[in-house]
Amino acid sequence: MTATGTPTKKGQRPFLVEFYSSAVGKKWVMAVTGIIILGYVFVHMFGNLKIYLGADDLGVYAIDHYGEWLRELGEPLLPKTAFLWIFRAVMTVSIVLHIHAAYALTIINRKARPQKYQAPREYLVANYASRTMRWSGVIILAFVLFHLADLTIGSANPDFITGEIRHNMLASFTQPAVAIFYIVANILVGVHIFHGAWSLFQSMGWNNPRFNPWRKWFAAVFAGVVIIGNVSFPLSIWAGWVG
Amino acid sequence: MDVTLKVWRQDGPEAPGRFETYEATDISDHMSFLEMCDIVNEKLVERGIEPFSIDSDCREGICGMCGIMINGHPHGDQLGTATCQLHMRKFSDGDEIVLEPWKATGFPVIRDLVVDRSSFDRIIEAGGYITVPTGSAPDANMVPVPKAVADVAFDAAACIGCGACVAACPNSAAQLFTSAKLAQLNMVPQGQPERYDRVVAMVDTMEEFFGSCTNHGECEAACPKSITIDFIAMMNKDYIKAKFKNRRLLGQKA
Repeated sequence: MTATGTPTKKGQRPFLVEFYSSAVGKKWVMAVTGIIILGYVFVHMFGNLKIYLGADDLGVYAIDHYGEWLRELGEPLLPKTAFLWIFRAVMTVSIVLHIHAAYALTIINRKARPQKYQAPREYLVANYASRTMRWSGVIILAFVLFHLADLTIGSANPDFITGEIRHNMLASFTQPAVAIFYIVANILVGVHIFHGAWSLFQSMGWNNPRFNPWRKWFAAVFAGVVIIGNVSFPLSIWAGWVG
Repeated sequence: MDVTLKVWRQDGPEAPGRFETYEATDISDHMSFLEMCDIVNEKLVERGIEPFSIDSDCREGICGMCGIMINGHPHGDQLGTATCQLHMRKFSDGDEIVLEPWKATGFPVIRDLVVDRSSFDRIIEAGGYITVPTGSAPDANMVPVPKAVADVAFDAAACIGCGACVAACPNSAAQLFTSAKLAQLNMVPQGQPERYDRVVAMVDTMEEFFGSCTNHGECEAACPKSITIDFIAMMNKDYIKAKFKNRRLLGQKA
């Protein structure tokens, strides 16, 4: 713009860096990485439902077969486990960006109101989920790191056998402390999704009176499905439904 | 009716603030909230106490000058009204009412309940106008605008710039104000030639003063003009578009 408007020129930084330097850009990155993580969370939960399919005639458990398929995915175009590692790299970058954006925005927001209201503040529409995103996020991160050590790397699981997914799940969830941490963390994943899966529509600018009422339903149903699916695993193992 | 006021007193921008308690006696329930404050202040003057400062101008909900946190709600907990449109009949005899100024880095306190909102002026200066040769006023219907579009643009233009959105936001974000000021121009044909330059200029200026939006929706609930957060989505979309698209081929400057 001309006249009195003097928008700050941000130099000749690379385009994506400049875009990310704005808070709206960071929220866009939060939303895009959030969509990638949501996709993963759903597929991860759905794939693990194969624990309920039991074993085939040769005694191979469906979930172990599925795990092997994940390692072979992309063959013969790609060498074995190559797709898996590319996928893991994408997930790592997404999670790092998601956390960095959240951290940077939190700093901005703290600076925007250094002195809090002294009188009690009464919120009208901000809900528990939206106000605890930072806390649920940090706890989920801690859980994800433990979950990797427990069921992917195996270092936190006393009875870990590489490739025997069903066996590892049973070994993990029969420890009450692990199962309780898992259940609490997954409920928090749902709480995080309840706000995040709605919020992403606003951050991306996806707003349309034709589907606006569905955005909150989408988030609530997504959160519910993820909680029910994931929490069912330790509960079923306790109940003895997983043979 | 009698009520007790707990009022934030602050002598200047850098001074530490404190709450002072004042009794408001013999208040008629027909009084507006600001009239009640005037009565209390008159009595303070009679007692030789410095009255507490409040901002107000039109006292009919269209100027955006008044704005106090009343019991933790910007403009009080009545939806869709400014402080001046709140009446004492909404309170009960014996209530304690807590008054605080807007609190945000972008709104430094000048004195007591009065804050400096010139950061909003900086946002408007960055692009909240149309730079066309104006000349004399054009005929009313020279530029056709469908009624439905004009209505939505007018909903955005209802923003009075009071700052309640910032005050209500847990992050002190000014997204609702900025998006309304963008939408009132970007919805209509006259705003199109500078649409994407405008969104970048105004958002970048906004971010120099205010926090970021986390989509709580508190601003929409606090807004005395009930402006919708749909405009925030529009602003986000236009900002992203302005950054990713070839703006020259969209007929824009950058």
